[in-house]
Amino acid sequence: MKAIFGTTLITRGSMQRRLVIQLSLIAFLLSLLLFLIVQGVADRAASDTQDNILAASAISIADALYSEGGQVQLELPYSALSMLGTISEDRVFYRVNVDGTTLTGYDDLVVSARSDVSTQAEFSTFSYRGEPVRAVSVTRSVGSQSQRTLVQVVVAQTRLSLAQISYRITLWAVAIGVAFFLVATGLSLWAAHNALAPLNRVASAVTRRGPNDLRPVRAEAPAELAPLVSALNSFIVRLSASLARSEDFIAEAAHRVRTPLATVRTQAEVIHRSLQHSKNKSALREMIRAIDESSRSAGQLLDHAMVNFRADQFQAVDIDLRELVAETVERLSPTAELKDIAISVSDTGEDFAFSADPILLQNALRNVLDNAIKYSPPDSDILVKLFHDSNFHVISFHDQGRGFEGLNLENHFERFKRGSNVGDIVGSGLGLTIVNEVARAHGGHVKITSNKGEGACVSLFLPLA
Amino acid sequence: MRFLLVEDNAQLARAVCDRFAIDGHAIDHASSLADAIAFVDTTHYDLILLDIMLPDGDGRDFLSRHRRAKNKTPVIVLTARSQVSDRISLLDLGADDYVTKPFDFAELEARCRAVLRRQGGVAQNRIEFAGVVLDSLEATLSAKNGTQNLRNREFRLVEIFFAAPGQIFSKNHLMDRLFSLSDDVSENAIEVYVGRLRKKLDGTGAQIETVRSLGYRLVAKE
Repeated sequence: MKAIFGTTLITRGSMQRRLVIQLSLIAFLLSLLLFLIVQGVADRAASDTQDNILAASAISIADALYSEGGQVQLELPYSALSMLGTISEDRVFYRVNVDGTTLTGYDDLVVSARSDVSTQAEFSTFSYRGEPVRAVSVTRSVGSQSQRTLVQVVVAQTRLSLAQISYRITLWAVAIGVAFFLVATGLSLWAAHNALAPLNRVASAVTRRGPNDLRPVRAEAPAELAPLVSALNSFIVRLSASLARSEDFIAEAAHRVRTPLATVRTQAEVIHRSLQHSKNKSALREMIRAIDESSRSAGQLLDHAMVNFRADQFQAVDIDLRELVAETVERLSPTAELKDIAISVSDTGEDFAFSADPILLQNALRNVLDNAIKYSPPDSDILVKLFHDSNFHVISFHDQGRGFEGLNLENHFERFKRGSNVGDIVGSGLGLTIVNEVARAHGGHVKITSNKGEGACVSLFLPLA
Repeated sequence: MRFLLVEDNAQLARAVCDRFAIDGHAIDHASSLADAIAFVDTTHYDLILLDIMLPDGDGRDFLSRHRRAKNKTPVIVLTARSQVSDRISLLDLGADDYVTKPFDFAELEARCRAVLRRQGGVAQNRIEFAGVVLDSLEATLSAKNGTQNLRNREFRLVEIFFAAPGQIFSKNHLMDRLFSLSDDVSENAIEVYVGRLRKKLDGTGAQIETVRSLGYRLVAKE
């Protein structure tokens, strides 16, 4: 199991294993039942067949009886006995019994019979001459009205072939039972997997998300999982409400901090004007610089929180990067003009339509441009270029400033990390972090290049369509 | 130029008013939305500086009312909540620009200037001295020998001199006016800009004169 928030989940049993075991147990019981039923029915059918033939044979013998001058006579129809021989190699015994004396057949084949005449054949199973036999007894009255004699016909057959049939049937029943069990177990594995698939789907829908993604879970879930999913979603709602609250808190805190800072800064400026002594002036400059530093940090922290928040609920609209760049440049040109920095924008005339969160992207562009202005010497130029590079829209900002020094270029994307050559320029170390996060939220990336004495170049790469 | 500052924080408002007064601008202060509406209804302003969080309402309501009334006076919003989405909605509501608190006065001035330039509504945008005309909207100097474009700092320097010909300005004073307080500049930076300005005034009736150990002043050539 994956570690969540540093602790390992304690798992108790597996739903899938339990389901499979239960289903297999049911399958086993059903196969056993099937085996018994198949064997019972088949056994019954086999012995019924023997009984029917025995009965037919006995009845045909009985039909051949006739009376002649008070004597019961019999012309044994051999077909009656051969009919029995056709079904198996079993031995056949018979006896025709007239008033207790054997007319023909085996004397010792004694079957107790009711004394009255019955058309019903009576069956019995017993041991005869060391072998189990199945016997049928049919009683007939033979003779004219005045002189009637009760004749009992007994036909018996050994049960060897029946045992063989029964053995074969048992084998088949076992085979059928085992096959049924295997198929049922396989199906239960499949069913268990399928039944749990929605659970896995919900789990992977949650697992796939980025750490900041707090949109409600929309994975298709069966009705049984609805309580779980809705509990999860209501948790997410509470979590994002608490995030929004902390964001409001940051905004409010920024407001509370910045208004008095603005008062102090403005008053300091007024006093700065009235001071003559250059030592006092430079002390006051230091103070103003410190105010700028803290207000900038507050602003950047707020922007950073905002960027994270918007990146979570990323909602893109179609924009033209060219327009967005122009707006940003216009917005910052008064700041650049203060230092006599000229910003020039050029593009290759290609199509710069892009799907983005304009507020996020503008914030990133503003951060890059603001940096470029801050670190540029007065009377210099900043070149903003829009072009296509393989699969990316590229917006590059090239300045003639001091460049990046003292850190690996990648490290500038980390929070609160600043180069070694920032000097006394006010900064929070969050600007490029924000830029990088915005670029990544749009599926792009940021590249910075810096050669000593040639200024720095920060490029935003945003994927083409 | 006449400004209206709408800001409920008394200390900040006083400081901003003082600061504007130093540069010779007239500024009225309204501490609530109701006051602001009353001021705007009775007086013409060149520019309004508007705080968003006010005791009797939201500055954004003032903005939309202002735009509905077809009042063309540009508005620069002073906001403490530098929230990204806030900025966008402010511009949507008809603010011409915004500045986040605490603000650098040099930047605020630059933004005011940019807004007024876009608006094209500065009453007195041409100052003449000794046959040289300074157009503060176009940022150009014109004399009979031609017209020259001024870069931002050059322009601000000319503006200081043209506003008070003959007055001596110390290097310190010029530095304060020309550079933002967060800029790191040395005194000879002023010499560079004065030098450039002299070049641009070359051949006209005006010149910038060095007054030893005191500073510079604008005088007409004999």
